[in-house]
Amino acid sequence: MSVTEQQYAPGEHPDLPPPLGEAGLIAWFKKRLFSSVGNTILTLVAVFFLYHVLSAIIFWTLTGATFTGETKADCDLGGACWLVIGDRFHQFMYGLYPTDQYWRPNLTFILMVVAIVPVLFDNIPHRGKFLLFSAIFPFIAFYLLSGGWGLETVDTDEWGGLLLTLVLGVTGIVASLPIGIVLALGRRSNMPIVRTLCVCFIEFIRGVPLITILFMASNMLPLFLPEGVNFDKLLRALIGVALFSSAYMAEVIRGGLQAIPKGQYEGADAMGLSYWQSMRLIILPQALRIVIPGIVNTFIGLYKDTTLVSIIGLFDLIGIGLVAVADVKWRGLAPETYAFIALLFFISCFAMSRYSLWLENKLHTGHKR
Amino acid sequence: MSNASTNTSKKTDEVAIQLNGVHKWYGQFHVLKDINLNVQRGERIVICGPSGSGKSTLIRCINRLEEHQQGDIIVDNIELTGNLKNIDAIRREVGMCFQHFNLFPHLSVLENCTLAPIWVRKMPKKEAEEIAMHYLERVKIPDQASKFPGQLSGGQQQRVAIARSLCMNPRIMLFDEPTSALDPEMIAEVLDTMIELAETGMTMLCVTHEMGFARKVADRVIFMDGGEIIEQNEPEEFFNNPQSERTQKFLSQILAH
Repeated sequence: MSVTEQQYAPGEHPDLPPPLGEAGLIAWFKKRLFSSVGNTILTLVAVFFLYHVLSAIIFWTLTGATFTGETKADCDLGGACWLVIGDRFHQFMYGLYPTDQYWRPNLTFILMVVAIVPVLFDNIPHRGKFLLFSAIFPFIAFYLLSGGWGLETVDTDEWGGLLLTLVLGVTGIVASLPIGIVLALGRRSNMPIVRTLCVCFIEFIRGVPLITILFMASNMLPLFLPEGVNFDKLLRALIGVALFSSAYMAEVIRGGLQAIPKGQYEGADAMGLSYWQSMRLIILPQALRIVIPGIVNTFIGLYKDTTLVSIIGLFDLIGIGLVAVADVKWRGLAPETYAFIALLFFISCFAMSRYSLWLENKLHTGHKR
Repeated sequence: MSNASTNTSKKTDEVAIQLNGVHKWYGQFHVLKDINLNVQRGERIVICGPSGSGKSTLIRCINRLEEHQQGDIIVDNIELTGNLKNIDAIRREVGMCFQHFNLFPHLSVLENCTLAPIWVRKMPKKEAEEIAMHYLERVKIPDQASKFPGQLSGGQQQRVAIARSLCMNPRIMLFDEPTSALDPEMIAEVLDTMIELAETGMTMLCVTHEMGFARKVADRVIFMDGGEIIEQNEPEEFFNNPQSERTQKFLSQILAH
């Protein structure tokens, strides 16, 4: 403000012209990035670092990378050697699944998309019929993947790669939500035995690392079973993963249940709804909506935790990656391998988090808390 | 609203609610002390008293939102015990409106109204919606049917809550301070709805401080203090000629301004 500002009589002050150059790209840059000497220096330093980091990344992944060739010797451009991914692509996708049977995991994947879409989106036509398909999909998938009854039997030891990661992740997610809901309700139950059982289960599972549960399931469980009785290793891992995440899920959902005001329970009671009706129609829809971020958090954590099964000898994405890295032919290509695996995980996890944001917005009914 | 001549009682000799020697404790605290009360079918009762006097607890015992420890409560010839079947049977016949409405915020107004008829009475959806619209018209908000409770004013929400209870076609209505959470101009619209309801001959128990409402529609006003029924009488007698000292003090306090 200048001190020599001209004085006007009240009401005589001339109108100022509308501000110029507030909009547009150049004005935006000027205002936000170069408004003072300090800001200009910061901007230039940031641009300098961004340029170096981004150009290095682009060089390594794209411009300096090798996409075609036969052996590691072809990779002489200085960047990443993506040949290892191409060479072992089928293993990354299917593990050791018989080559002539790839159509089965492929078909299962397509059917899985058909089964999941009606669960995620409620505005598609004929949703009821599609949901029926979603309900029987697990059995179809099991038949398609493991075979029998006219299809060649494929042992679960041969499943691997993204196929195995998806089987573990999707089964874990689908199983942990309902088990978690039951455990959360049980923990808040008035019946002492039910409550104690649920508390013990949740606290025990949460108190030990997933890796010990997987080890127990794969190594110790067979010791307790009678001779000749043998569980499938994958099944044991699946049960371990599902139980583990359901304990976490239960606590997330319990948080939501506690956030529901007492009046909602009383309103439901006063109308004569039974316990299960009031839970299903009144309490859970609201509680689950509140804890969508926590639920998706648990889902994402579970999905990534499935990589631990590589330690008990299952060849999920990480397991296949370990094999690829150990291959003499592709020695020293660990960064490429893990970058590829990271990308696959990122796509799934990012999709889950975007979906949860969309769902939160959709379920808003004008009663913001 | 103090014109008592509009009080057209629909009271009958049939007993709707019977409380004999009811006691209730919250831990060590004795909330209800030897409550004896008979409510005739069609009778409209207003319960008043200072806060903490046990009036809300009393009506919440009638549909077992609170459990009593001693004495008998008989509603519609069904005795309230731990028996879940009896509790469900009574809750089907007894509607309740709360101070904070307790509408279900994730359901639309119409769904709030049709929920109990569909799931508890096993009514077809279409029929339930017709009934819901009928009662929403009666509380004068049919145009809000597709909105969510969070989009309505407090008075509208309470009228939805009344319509929601009526959809179950209850024989008895309980009101737990239905206007206490409302702005003054909204109190009037809710009270008008309640007065209309009273004129249909519904058995009503209202915990309220709206003395004008009590004068206009009540057959009997009950004054509670310290967990006991201190005094009960017809409204004219109750307001003009209170017997006990505590009643006089309470009335002078709430009618003072």
